[in-house]
Amino acid sequence: MTDDRTNDGGVPVPVTPAGATSGAPAELPPSSPAGRGMFGMQGTGDVSGYGGLVRQRTPIEEAPRPYGGYFDEVRDALEEAYPQFGDAIEKVVVDRGELTLHVRPERIAEVCQVMRDDLALRFELCSSVSGVDYLGADERRLHVVYQLTSMTYRRRVRLEAAVSAEHPHLPSVTAVYPTADWQEREAYDMFGVIFDGHPNLTRVLMPDDWEGHPQRKDYPLGGVPVEYKGAEIPPPDRRRSYQ
Amino acid sequence: MTTSNYATERETTEGRVFTVTGGDWDQVVSGTDPINDERIVVNMGPQHPSTHGVLRLILELEGETVREARSVVGYLHTGIEKNLEYRNWVQGSTFVTRMDYLAPIFNETAYSLAVEKLLGITDDITERATTIRVLMMELNRISSHLVWLATTGMELGAISIMLYGFREREYILDIFETITGLRMNHAYVRPGGVAQDVPDAAIVKIREFLKMMPKKLKEYEDLLSGQPIWTERTQGVAVLDVTACVALGVTGPVLRSAGLAWDLRKTMPYCGYESYEFDVPTHPDGDVWGRYLVRVAEIRESLKLVEQALDRLKPGPVMVADRKIAWPAQLAIGVDGMGNSLEHVAKIMGQSMESLIHHFKLVTEGFRVPPGQVYVGIESPRGELGVHAVSDGGTRPYRVHYREPSFVNLQALPAMAEGGLIADVIAGGASLDPVMGGCDR
Repeated sequence: MTDDRTNDGGVPVPVTPAGATSGAPAELPPSSPAGRGMFGMQGTGDVSGYGGLVRQRTPIEEAPRPYGGYFDEVRDALEEAYPQFGDAIEKVVVDRGELTLHVRPERIAEVCQVMRDDLALRFELCSSVSGVDYLGADERRLHVVYQLTSMTYRRRVRLEAAVSAEHPHLPSVTAVYPTADWQEREAYDMFGVIFDGHPNLTRVLMPDDWEGHPQRKDYPLGGVPVEYKGAEIPPPDRRRSYQ
Repeated sequence: MTTSNYATERETTEGRVFTVTGGDWDQVVSGTDPINDERIVVNMGPQHPSTHGVLRLILELEGETVREARSVVGYLHTGIEKNLEYRNWVQGSTFVTRMDYLAPIFNETAYSLAVEKLLGITDDITERATTIRVLMMELNRISSHLVWLATTGMELGAISIMLYGFREREYILDIFETITGLRMNHAYVRPGGVAQDVPDAAIVKIREFLKMMPKKLKEYEDLLSGQPIWTERTQGVAVLDVTACVALGVTGPVLRSAGLAWDLRKTMPYCGYESYEFDVPTHPDGDVWGRYLVRVAEIRESLKLVEQALDRLKPGPVMVADRKIAWPAQLAIGVDGMGNSLEHVAKIMGQSMESLIHHFKLVTEGFRVPPGQVYVGIESPRGELGVHAVSDGGTRPYRVHYREPSFVNLQALPAMAEGGLIADVIAGGASLDPVMGGCDR
């Protein structure tokens, strides 16, 4: 079943995983290079065929109307209060009882302003701003996610703006939500997203002279091998993994 | 060699000799502007007994008045969010519990709720597991507020309350040890339920605690509330009104002390909080004094919640029924904390091959979580603790972000401190109750 080919781990690796001819999940390549296992496998590393372990990235799909709950009201109110809605909102996604508005990055501050000020929306509190790196799954891989909370109506909405790593610019929302200050700094620190108009866009958690943006998916976890009871245990990101 | 402006010089056989004389101070002083040049910049921390952890403050002072304050964080950054991406979903519990080390149960619960929402099993969580979560969270809220009371008291010069606060907290940590095996970093609340059931010994202990605590609270109030130094140091100090709180994202007791009864347990209930009876204490003034009163009142409300949760505790499973998610091992508490029970190990190694395979697959590989993203917010002792979890369909989190109330609330420190006295920086900073482990993650 195995040939003589070995690699770093010194363990023989099957040429083709079981079920590879039948279109089984194990045959599919991983959708991102972020989760390569210890043996440098291209597939899933799962030869048993038991788990069918492969990352299936479902495309982000526009939700059909009606969304249900307060989501329709929020969308209608935003459409009415913000004439450029069609231009600014790329997609409206409803998943697991949560509403996500995908916003064109250059419009994010405007949309936040309307979301905060319109009487029918009133998202007074910006709960959280954070980044997600969709390396290999999206051309505009760096997503900035804003969780807005309306204290008046007790609602939550998520805004998501995607920028590319080559041009990671989008306007800062600190003028609308002062609380975004440190959180945008964190997103800059960890993902290298540049928030234009931020009063003081410097690193906040990492040291000032740090190079790179640690939570990007192409930034290694780091770590050194550890010897334990005579065996060498590789660092976590180079251990054998099931993705 | 250049000539010196500060000393006359002459050449001698042994080289150049400088004669340093005083007397130029009048000249120096006359050139300064007494109003604007008296500012000095003072660095406080990161190692400072009253900054509540490794928080660094840079203060620009004019006499004792703070003109500008900037806080520097990140000294305790441990990369937990990044690390989570290299462990499976269940292992995440052991990481997140170490973030805000005074409120570990909240970190775990928020994480578990997020993972359960991603899995779509929120409604399958057993009643007993949810009740135990509420019980543990409220005990944890009390212990966290006690530490706040203790450390803030110490920072403002009341040493006795420090000893009392830690003494009662120790009692709660004993309860936690009886239940989870560890005083801190429990990894007790896990996706799907809780790691194991509450032993009867713990119930007895909690009942005792419920009897003892109201008396102790009375004692604290006798010590502090009427005490002139305490009231002087707290009343009208570091005021932050509702507008400022909401703009700066400040939630929790600080927001409630400004008069807005925003408590996620009431406003966006989770874990069945809507069916419990409790009040949300507020205070109109938005000062340190108000925050003290609100926190003490919250301890009382938490005691009520603990009592109700105890009464509701009916026998039943504490993990979801789905065997593809529930941790396969029976866990037991040994001398070194919680681990696999030896009986279970003997069974899977000796009798049941299928159980062994099942155990092996779930433990090494973990379960898969359907792709998507969720945000879950819960009311931690410091405010809204939010978890944004993203799955790409794998056995590991693709991204987990913690919206840490300590991190967000600390932004309000300059707004509280600027224009006040330097002594009030300590009172104001302490009243935010930042925990740097949570802030820096």
